[in-house]
Amino acid sequence: MILLKIFYTFFRIGLFTFGGGYAMLPLVEEAVLSNGWLEKSAIIDFIAISESTPGPFAVNMATDVGTSVAGIPGGVLATLGVILPSFIIILIISRFYRAFKDSRLISGAMRGLKPATIGLIAAAVINMMRTVFFPNGLAISAVATKEFAISAVIFGVMTVLALKKINPVLTIVISAAAGIACGYIFRIGV
Amino acid sequence: MATAALRFESEEMTDSKIKKILSLFATFFKIGAFTFGGGYAMIPLIQKEAAENKKWITDDEMLEIVAIAESTPGPIAINSATFIGNKVAGVTGAAAATLGVVLPSYCIITVIYFFLKNFADLLPVKYAFFGIRAGVIALVLKAVIGLVKKQKKSVFTACVICAAFALALFTGINVLIIIAAAAVAGFVYSLISARKGDKKE
Repeated sequence: MILLKIFYTFFRIGLFTFGGGYAMLPLVEEAVLSNGWLEKSAIIDFIAISESTPGPFAVNMATDVGTSVAGIPGGVLATLGVILPSFIIILIISRFYRAFKDSRLISGAMRGLKPATIGLIAAAVINMMRTVFFPNGLAISAVATKEFAISAVIFGVMTVLALKKINPVLTIVISAAAGIACGYIFRIGV
Repeated sequence: MATAALRFESEEMTDSKIKKILSLFATFFKIGAFTFGGGYAMIPLIQKEAAENKKWITDDEMLEIVAIAESTPGPIAINSATFIGNKVAGVTGAAAATLGVVLPSYCIITVIYFFLKNFADLLPVKYAFFGIRAGVIALVLKAVIGLVKKQKKSVFTACVICAAFALALFTGINVLIIIAAAAVAGFVYSLISARKGDKKE
């Protein structure tokens, strides 16, 4: 049953996401694509929505994906699934805080988990670039299209703005405005 | 049995406990509704509300929560809400705080989802998302750069970053397996460096 599967999938994502935020991105990507739930571009749209609305990124993503796969019940179960592992683990840990803090197993594992998370998010960035810049597959000819050129320029400008610590919501608003303007001026195919 | 336990708990609930639980819910609802970006962006607000205003936790405890949140799975917001809620009013408090921090996002996203669904086929909306997709990659890229900068520079760290990146990109290995392998690698590495007498940690 789809609802159980959504719950189980997001429970697993919650259990394996260390560091919060974008750390869950590679896991969501894999789960969604392997189940054939959504298009790759839909995930990128959801990232934008999650970034421009308040609240934890993980909850926003879970609600978004869950709702689009199976309506309101899907959104509720995905959200519950993604928060439940943290909830249970923290309740347990707060009773054994000393032991947890001094555990060599945990601190050792974290030394591998943190860098691995970075590598995985970086890989997700490359996958997203493929989806956005080469929607019809990797090909030299794709570089010559106006869609590629506009995407590349928006990406370049936004990277500069983002590195200058411009508010993420503003970054998304400017990107949207640029998309609309370029869309009408250059008649891009969407 | 469950109802008996529930009744027992509700009999135990004094007015002050109910007040605490409601206050937890309201405070974390506010935190959930007003922090954009989640994660570390929430810490200053949690600190201000839970430590300074409500005196639920001390500043030291706030640091401990951040440390715990970093080494347990799940979003920092959820970890902090559960921890603080539990400390103030037990499991019920934890549930109230967690629900509070989640609810604003949940409602807002659901509304936006159905709103956008109705307008997804309009040309301006399609154009907007065409631009947004390119811009979002920049945001995630910036997050990756920020995370790399925060890491302690070491050969081991660099190797794990590259290995996870390459495995995820060029092989079909499941992400969960890569994460589990990285945890094992980190543990083994810390054992080896401890045996070598490397006390730098």
